Amino acid sequence: MDWSWLLVYYPQLLHGLWITLALLVLSVFFGMLMAVPIGFAQAAGPRWLAWPAKAFCTFIRGTPLLVQIWFFYYGLGILFPLIPELRTSFLWPVLREGFFYAVVAFSLSYAGYEGEVMRGAFLGVPKGEIEAARAIGMSPFTLVRRIWFPRAVRLVLPTLAGETVGQLKATPLAFTITVMDLMGATNMIRQNTYRTYEPLMLVALFYMIITFIMVLGFNWLERLVPQKR
Amino acid sequence: MLAASTSIFTMLSWGDQGYGDEIALGTLVTLQVSFLAYLLGFAIGLVGAVGKLAGGAITRGAFNVYTTLVRAVPELVLILLLYYAGSDSLNRLLGGVGLGPVRINALVAGIVVLGFVQGAYQTEVIRAAIQAIPIGQIEAARAYGMGPLLRFRRVVLPAMLPFAIPGLANLWLNATKDSALISVVGLSELALTTKQAAGYIKYTQGNPLYLLVFYALTAAIYLAISLASNQFFAWLERRTRRGQRQPA
Repeated sequence: MDWSWLLVYYPQLLHGLWITLALLVLSVFFGMLMAVPIGFAQAAGPRWLAWPAKAFCTFIRGTPLLVQIWFFYYGLGILFPLIPELRTSFLWPVLREGFFYAVVAFSLSYAGYEGEVMRGAFLGVPKGEIEAARAIGMSPFTLVRRIWFPRAVRLVLPTLAGETVGQLKATPLAFTITVMDLMGATNMIRQNTYRTYEPLMLVALFYMIITFIMVLGFNWLERLVPQKR
Repeated sequence: MLAASTSIFTMLSWGDQGYGDEIALGTLVTLQVSFLAYLLGFAIGLVGAVGKLAGGAITRGAFNVYTTLVRAVPELVLILLLYYAGSDSLNRLLGGVGLGPVRINALVAGIVVLGFVQGAYQTEVIRAAIQAIPIGQIEAARAYGMGPLLRFRRVVLPAMLPFAIPGLANLWLNATKDSALISVVGLSELALTTKQAAGYIKYTQGNPLYLLVFYALTAAIYLAISLASNQFFAWLERRTRRGQRQPA
């Protein structure tokens, strides 16, 4: 065991840690933003909305995330430079980076998995509560905002911890498209120092610690929400 | 081999003009790795579940460490760690008995590594399923004087299956999808084959739209595997639930 490389490479690791956390937070945020309407469309939407939402979830859940990432980065990412307008636009510095494609792929993936979870949650809200809201004359919009949505969120809260930990465990895939996240930094250290185990073990430890902190955070969040059974 | 002007149909054709046969072979490798890793995982899962439920303090502790560690570390990191650690220790072992180092077959390594990961998840699913068996059924088997092995084979195993199948079905889908991760250690399964084909298109400056076609085709193959598996597991669950009371 030789850990001397740590003194040289710790800035890259710390930077990688930030990239990993940014990937996680951004994809969970944008993913959840998409998952709520996708879940609602499946649970209560008209058929022409429910069907594409269902197809989206099936597609995302039925294909490996790695292939999805490669589809965006190597597939779409090759097409973008061919559009001259895009190349000169202010978006180009972003569209050139693997990070952008990773965020897009991870967000869509999270939306696909959580959309299915949200569908179950919307369906799991007791019928009587929705009928009661209708009976006192709530408009459909108020009903969703005040009753249906908050109750559904409460139902998914216990599963959200596991799903988000799963998302964290998916982020190292970004290193296959040149993103310098924790895994990317580890890979660079491995190539520069010819050491295999120490960097990999350290990065495994990193992920375990983040998981542990996240689980604690979600437990705290769950206790904030009163749950009467 | 291929000219830049090659049509997409030629690109996808069988033989040395296109990638059709390579992709078919990659699909077979993906299925093979997933299936054998899943079987290995099931064997580990059975031993692990029994060990966790009936083992002594040391056995239980060991399996707890195994399932907790494997499930807390990203699959990609695990696959790399286990791949290097596994081939390294095997070579050291061979070196110890005076044999030269061997190059580990990527297929075998992939199966063992993915099976080891699957085992941790399957342990938890099977353990929960065994605990869901009504205790009276196991007590009845005991009252008949069945030995532990016979009881496991005749009562525990068939009675836990309907509880385990939804979880096991999910894990099979995970196995097919995680098999794509083995590509990082260089196994030419479906995902890596596609990436190589795409790399060739890029290298020969072929039509970039072909890249999209190739990745979409690969995604469609994985999707077809997933959808077919869903059908199979739905049938299997109905079959194992024969004779159980159906929910109204």
